[in-house]
Amino acid sequence: MSRPKLAGAANSRPALAPELLVEMHDLMVKARALEERLIQMYKQGDGFFWIGGPGEEAFNVPLGLLIKKGRGLDYDYLHFHYRNSATLIAMGEDPANPMRQMKNTATDPYSGGRNFAGHFSKREWNLAPVTSPIAVQYAIAIGTAYAQKRHGGDGITIVTGGDAGTAEGDFATCLVWSSRPGNELPILIIVTHNKWGISTHYSTQQGPKNIADRATAFGIKNKTIDGNDAITSYLEIKAAMDYVRKERKPFLLEAHVSRLYGHSSADGANRRPEEEDCIVRIEEVLLEHGIMTREQMDAVHEKWQKEMAELHRKVREEPQPNPEDVWKHIYWEGEGS
Amino acid sequence: MANMAQAIRLALHYGEEYLGVTDIFGEDVGPPLGGVFTATQGLRTAWNSPLDERGIIGMAIGLAMAGQRPVAEIQFADYIYNTIDLLKLAGNTCWSSNGQWNLPMVVMTPVGAGIRGSIYHSHSFDAMMSHIPGWKIVMPATPLDAYGLMLSAIKDPNPVMYLPPKALMRHRGEELIPGEPEDPRELSKMIDAPVGDRSNWKPTWPQVEEYVVPIGKAKVVRPGSHLTVVAWGRCVPLSVQAARMVEAEGIDVELIDLRSIWPYDWEAIRASVEKTGKVMFVNEDTEVTNFGEHLIRRTVEELFYVLLAPPKLVAGKHLPGIGLADALERASVPQVEDIAEAMRALARAEP
Repeated sequence: MSRPKLAGAANSRPALAPELLVEMHDLMVKARALEERLIQMYKQGDGFFWIGGPGEEAFNVPLGLLIKKGRGLDYDYLHFHYRNSATLIAMGEDPANPMRQMKNTATDPYSGGRNFAGHFSKREWNLAPVTSPIAVQYAIAIGTAYAQKRHGGDGITIVTGGDAGTAEGDFATCLVWSSRPGNELPILIIVTHNKWGISTHYSTQQGPKNIADRATAFGIKNKTIDGNDAITSYLEIKAAMDYVRKERKPFLLEAHVSRLYGHSSADGANRRPEEEDCIVRIEEVLLEHGIMTREQMDAVHEKWQKEMAELHRKVREEPQPNPEDVWKHIYWEGEGS
Repeated sequence: MANMAQAIRLALHYGEEYLGVTDIFGEDVGPPLGGVFTATQGLRTAWNSPLDERGIIGMAIGLAMAGQRPVAEIQFADYIYNTIDLLKLAGNTCWSSNGQWNLPMVVMTPVGAGIRGSIYHSHSFDAMMSHIPGWKIVMPATPLDAYGLMLSAIKDPNPVMYLPPKALMRHRGEELIPGEPEDPRELSKMIDAPVGDRSNWKPTWPQVEEYVVPIGKAKVVRPGSHLTVVAWGRCVPLSVQAARMVEAEGIDVELIDLRSIWPYDWEAIRASVEKTGKVMFVNEDTEVTNFGEHLIRRTVEELFYVLLAPPKLVAGKHLPGIGLADALERASVPQVEDIAEAMRALARAEP
């Protein structure tokens, strides 16, 4: 898609502070280095399957930076799909943890070696378990949003998914239940539109030009944005979130993004040169405005690649689960409920 | 004496007043109707949902994640099938997150035949549900058990599937719920919504008390010495009738109401089979991969040398549906005569 011009004249300053752009760039490169390391782990036999979100960093990093992180109704509830690693990294997650899940170690904090890569779960951050069935999270998110509507405050529910999954009934469920008259929910409904469902192009299966248009019929505010532009993403996520936090009503944000390494390891997990790289895009801005030099940016890439390689070596040595562990946690073993 | 629908209502009232229930919801669950079986009339936290079963189960999961205590209803079990992957997900949320998340939620859905409900108001769901680990599954056969099992279900920190047999919803028990008025007419005046305009109606709740039927605990409905019958749901009262019929012929039946499908009370079954040496399992779900088949497998594996006859299963026929006509329904699920006949055959069997 064509690139929108930055606000104002070509040489005007970017709409975000230079320090924030440098931070976002650092996190985007870090998240990319993590995903590329996870792919490498798969290819080296340190994991059975890879799926993730390289190519979505320009959207997912600002999302992570803007989330109200914590546990309970006063904080944001997160119902993600399996392409949100960059969001977690922006929230401050230790990149060793996604590697542990990739290697299905006993130390994997999300699932104890039970689930695929990218299937995060972190209750202290209200992050619901990511699941493989497509779009179910849209049907579950309405529950946390309903509890938050009743509770008040400014905590909201955020649900993410892809364009292909919007064909599922659970997406319609989300639109219906989020906009019941008098019971509108504080929920930010996100669709990251990468044009693909595995090998099937969106345009061959769904009619709506913009998925966000579907929200209009429900009276849900919505917008379609260029999610490969980190500055646009930051500003639009913030605007949508501010609305949901304050008005306690739903918002559907559709972001066009790239799928840089295909669907998953099942289709090779190789770099797709035809897809736009959002990191190249932010680096053009940083260079153009003299915020960072090429050498500085190269150093960022090098730093995170080295760090990820080190973490990989460490995680590789961690223990695998024991056979008897299958019997743990079928039912709640914690205190209270 | 409350009927089962009233007993459920009283339990939900107790739940929202004393056990932290935050939401009782589903299609037509809130006012004015209060449920198609009236089981949710007059409840403070009852509300109507869109006609969307997946939304109902998704809402319950999300509410439970957010620390609420929901009781969700699917109007008939026949309509729960399109939520199966969400039920699977609710059952694996604790396990797949390695013990991080728990879901304190109850899903209530009326099951079974016996009301001439035709193809889509007659399904059972206990066998299907037993294939979804991570849930607890209960099935009351009396109003008092309906009350006590609901309290247990609400208190449980895990998802609980609550399966009241719809043919027993108007069934009155022989035991009072603690705190319930003795005269059923008085109870009805207090808690049944009036016919016609009910916009200003409010129930007067009796001071019902805590009464818990532990999940996983069966009940010996009648002791006996010749053979053991393990039944659940609507087949419990049918088996009581059948046992009375064969009693006149000198057959002394021990009847166990399983009450919980999962976890289930193996000790109760074992103790009885060790005494009688003969056992049959009775329920109305379809017979192939029926939960009774699991119990027979375990009986054979663990109690083979005390058995005096092959264990029997009396269950629904393996049919795509239950036909509306009286003869069709009766030919599809166990009737009193079928159960009595199986009792006679088992009593006659000799090693």
